[in-house]
Amino acid sequence: MNLLFYISGLIAVISTFLVVTRKSTVHALLYLIVSLLAVALIFFSLGAPFVAALEVIIYAGAIMVLFVFVIMMLNLGAQSAQQESQWLTPGIWIGPSILTIILAIELIVLFATDPVRLYATNMIGPKQVGIALFGPYVIAVELASMLLLAGLIGAYHLGRPHKH
Amino acid sequence: MSPDIIQLIIVFAILFVVLTIGGLLIWLERRLLGLWQDRYGPNRVGPFGLLQVLADMIKVFTKEDWIPPFADKAVFIIAPAVIVAVVLMSYTVIPFAPGVEIVDLNIGLLFFLAMSSLGVYSVALAGWASASKYSLLGGLRASAQMLSYEVFMALSLMGVVMLTGSFNLREIVEAQRGLWFVIPQFVGFVVFFIAGIAETHRLPFDLPEAESELVAGYHSEYSGMKFGMFFVGEYLGITLISALTVALFFGGWLGPVLPPLVWFLIKTFAFICFFILLRASLPRPRYDQLMSFGWKVMLPLSLLNLVVTGAVILIRR
Repeated sequence: MNLLFYISGLIAVISTFLVVTRKSTVHALLYLIVSLLAVALIFFSLGAPFVAALEVIIYAGAIMVLFVFVIMMLNLGAQSAQQESQWLTPGIWIGPSILTIILAIELIVLFATDPVRLYATNMIGPKQVGIALFGPYVIAVELASMLLLAGLIGAYHLGRPHKH
Repeated sequence: MSPDIIQLIIVFAILFVVLTIGGLLIWLERRLLGLWQDRYGPNRVGPFGLLQVLADMIKVFTKEDWIPPFADKAVFIIAPAVIVAVVLMSYTVIPFAPGVEIVDLNIGLLFFLAMSSLGVYSVALAGWASASKYSLLGGLRASAQMLSYEVFMALSLMGVVMLTGSFNLREIVEAQRGLWFVIPQFVGFVVFFIAGIAETHRLPFDLPEAESELVAGYHSEYSGMKFGMFFVGEYLGITLISALTVALFFGGWLGPVLPPLVWFLIKTFAFICFFILLRASLPRPRYDQLMSFGWKVMLPLSLLNLVVTGAVILIRR
């Protein structure tokens, strides 16, 4: 299990890096999908199969499909790839790098002072997730659903045919 | 023999059987279409024209494998592999008979939904990578269609999950010992099957490849075995949806007298034939009709089914 975790972690990191550096938008999106799948495998190896499945169904299977759909509609060609290569200058890496290094230091300090348990010993099934969501976190669930409903109504309003 | 070796044999046997069925379905479909349209279909090569499968395979393997110079090469090659890989992965959770399954996964049903939602990429990316207008239109249609129908495909299955109290497909089959779920969950069954047709983009929902409008839709630019992969992927998808319908709503391997595996295969075969009958008998709707049918009829129906099922379970408790 340990090795699986590190392999999928490595794949997640590499593919996420490639998402940033790819010039073609669709290629970047493909690497993002790989990254999401790797994260799902991490969840799986940590004993949370339900979250892993939802990660694939919702993120990789629905949200990313919408991204690909929009990119396909825009039909970006060589021009946007050129633009992308102009934007991605070496200087742009400085800011994110500093912030990431701070996070990495924090993580190392955390590991050194308080050895957190990386691996959950018990499996967390769909039932526990459901009980947690509709028990202590019910307000968050309700708020999120209201937000989504507002988005839905807004999209319907914008998409309604206008009568003149 | 040690259990590991038996498990390995089961894995390869399932892979072999499933791929063989995928190949034979090409012949079966043409023969059945012929039957229902009052003609013969392929009947010249070998007994009942069965060797037609072999002839088709030789043809597809030896065709020129052409990649258009304007295509995005890497994505163009990956796309057909995705559909076959993803559909084959889904077979790992199907319980064919007691003991004849690859993994007994607790979240089996969710695993199937995850894999089927990844299948969209094959079609969408094939359409995009081909860089031709018909392919792109096919890919666009496919991604919108599959995304929409996936929503209530998942919702229609939740009734079954509520009745069983588990996502495990083996437990779902076991729970149907007294009564097949097709009776309490008839609405769920209908919604799931229609969504299944749309997911495998079979007629009447084959708008991504509608040959009268889009040449061949997303796979217009494909030839040789890459086209063959889409073809086999489609037949594997039909078999998968049929097998799942059987496992979820028609009692899986349960049945009198005959051995469990035989029951499962008979029931699955019946649904495969029904898929083909649909193709032989139904016209293709317009694209906007397809989408509004999905969102305005199927989605409310599956939500209603969910609410009613939940209420009945609460009352009877």
